[in-house]
Amino acid sequence: MFDQILQFVLTGITVGATYALVALGFAIIFNASDVVNFSQGEFVMIGAMSTIAFSAGEGLPLWLAAVGAVLLAICVGMMLQRFAIAPARGASVVTTIIITIGASIFLRGVALLLWGKDIFGMPHFSGEQPIQIGEATLLPQNLWVMGGAAVLVLGVHYFFNYTTNGKAILACSCNRTAAHLVGINVSMMMLIAYGLSALLGSLAGILVAPITFTSYDAGVMLGLKGFSAAILGGMGNPMGAVAGGLLLGLIESLAAGLISSGYKDAIGFIILLLVLFLRPSGIFGKASTERV
Amino acid sequence: MSYLRGFYLLTAAALLLPLVFPDNYYVTVVGVTAALHAILAVSLNLLMGYAGQISLGHAGFFGIGAYASAILTTRYGWNPWPAILAGLVLTGIIAFALARPILRLKGHYLAMATLGLGIIINIVLVQTGELTGGPDGLGGIPTLSLFGWNVNSDLRWYIVIVCVMLLVVWLALNIINSRSGRALRALHGSEVAAEMMGINTTATKTGVFVLAALIASLAGSLFAYQQSFVSPDSFSFFFSIELVTMVVLGGMASTYGAIMGAVILTFLPELLVVFEEYEVMIFGAILMLMMIFLPQGLFVGIQSLLRRVGRNRSELAGPDTGEPEESGRGAA
Repeated sequence: MFDQILQFVLTGITVGATYALVALGFAIIFNASDVVNFSQGEFVMIGAMSTIAFSAGEGLPLWLAAVGAVLLAICVGMMLQRFAIAPARGASVVTTIIITIGASIFLRGVALLLWGKDIFGMPHFSGEQPIQIGEATLLPQNLWVMGGAAVLVLGVHYFFNYTTNGKAILACSCNRTAAHLVGINVSMMMLIAYGLSALLGSLAGILVAPITFTSYDAGVMLGLKGFSAAILGGMGNPMGAVAGGLLLGLIESLAAGLISSGYKDAIGFIILLLVLFLRPSGIFGKASTERV
Repeated sequence: MSYLRGFYLLTAAALLLPLVFPDNYYVTVVGVTAALHAILAVSLNLLMGYAGQISLGHAGFFGIGAYASAILTTRYGWNPWPAILAGLVLTGIIAFALARPILRLKGHYLAMATLGLGIIINIVLVQTGELTGGPDGLGGIPTLSLFGWNVNSDLRWYIVIVCVMLLVVWLALNIINSRSGRALRALHGSEVAAEMMGINTTATKTGVFVLAALIASLAGSLFAYQQSFVSPDSFSFFFSIELVTMVVLGGMASTYGAIMGAVILTFLPELLVVFEEYEVMIFGAILMLMMIFLPQGLFVGIQSLLRRVGRNRSELAGPDTGEPEESGRGAA
């Protein structure tokens, strides 16, 4: 029993690390521009699918293909900001939600056109020899996911706390006008925030693709889970989003193993609803009051 | 009753179409689907357009109605009519129980909660296979019969569903022009201000949420009998999004706009059959471009354009002021 639980925990952390990266991307965009980006999951899909397209299709080595895919995702993220979000500035929440949903459907449509409905696999980064931990087993790729996520989260933390650009984005999220007045290039910062968010999403997709496979619509569920994780952690709290992602991954994996795998996704959303009903500011968020 | 003028036009058009084009595929087959979508879009529009409460899980209630009717008639041998009623009661209870906690949320949180609700309902439909048939769906659903008149041809289904649609539209128009309709619009503008005016915002929001869910459930039951087959795919998250798109495309806070959106989005895939692989892409692009460039929707957009040409004055209508066009016309 204990070994089984250990196995579920290890799987949960791997899945949770992916959710955490998607949730972190959500939080960054939400902080910078007050937009909930429903196309966050599409960055994950673009990362994984274009890596496969570049490596298997064009014959590039995997690492080079991954770099290309991340650059592509960053371009898409910046274009999303420039051509879809920026023109609708000042629009209502409902409007921006629908714009990003439209963007996600559009990106999915492009992927469907380019790559069809097939499910693709990606080679593991460093072999498929399982590692034994007690009775539980771990693939080297799981370590890649956990390690990669840890490095990225620390990197984002460093970026926002110790670099000028990171602090400038935080300034924009606090007060756009004031940031502009002290000479911060607000529209540039928005581009950086969307690019960073796309980078995180696409890397999450590349790291996890060898384990989960990928297809043109692989981003839908991941995006929604990432959003759930961001809400669990308290919207707009980046480290809370990471914790929310890990928590959601763990709960789902344990629930799938111990209760029922069919209801795995439902349990994630039920927890989300409960958190929204009981503590809408998230588990780690501060309660906020609405200004009238 | 000048606010019903458009309604009489709609009725005339809907009833004349099958007379002019009997046995036309686009009227009696696609037209029925369009009318069904219009019912759903009009109900969602009450919630989204007028009360300003976004719902990304409307397909869930549509699914509950459809499955209640499908399960009760095929597994328990119920007559279709009480099965519709049972679906309505079940939907009503679920919607009423969830309305209060869900509608306390705003903006992104409300969007996420309704989305989660829709997905949970869909997963339950897939997972309770012994009842619902799981992902394969449930077939052999009997058709409706009205005093011995079996609804068993495309044309008869057209009549039934279009009549229900007209009824729903009439109901929606009357609600919008009543005291509760004004209350809805008031809380769309500002909940605090609405409460200051003495409107019980919680009761109003709960009411409109339950009403929208009930209409969706009725549409679901009709859908089940018309198709004689249901599967969870028809009630997925994507269908919820499609419904939101219909409302948005036609124009939020306009009943005729919702109908227009439903008709366009039902016919578009039929006409785009040549570009089948581009369908998803075009769909996404429409959604995005509409919201960026014409957030008040096609119907209101075209109307204000006509009015501008008519008055020959360059007066721009502000985007989504929440002012319904029906009452605007009624006042004129």
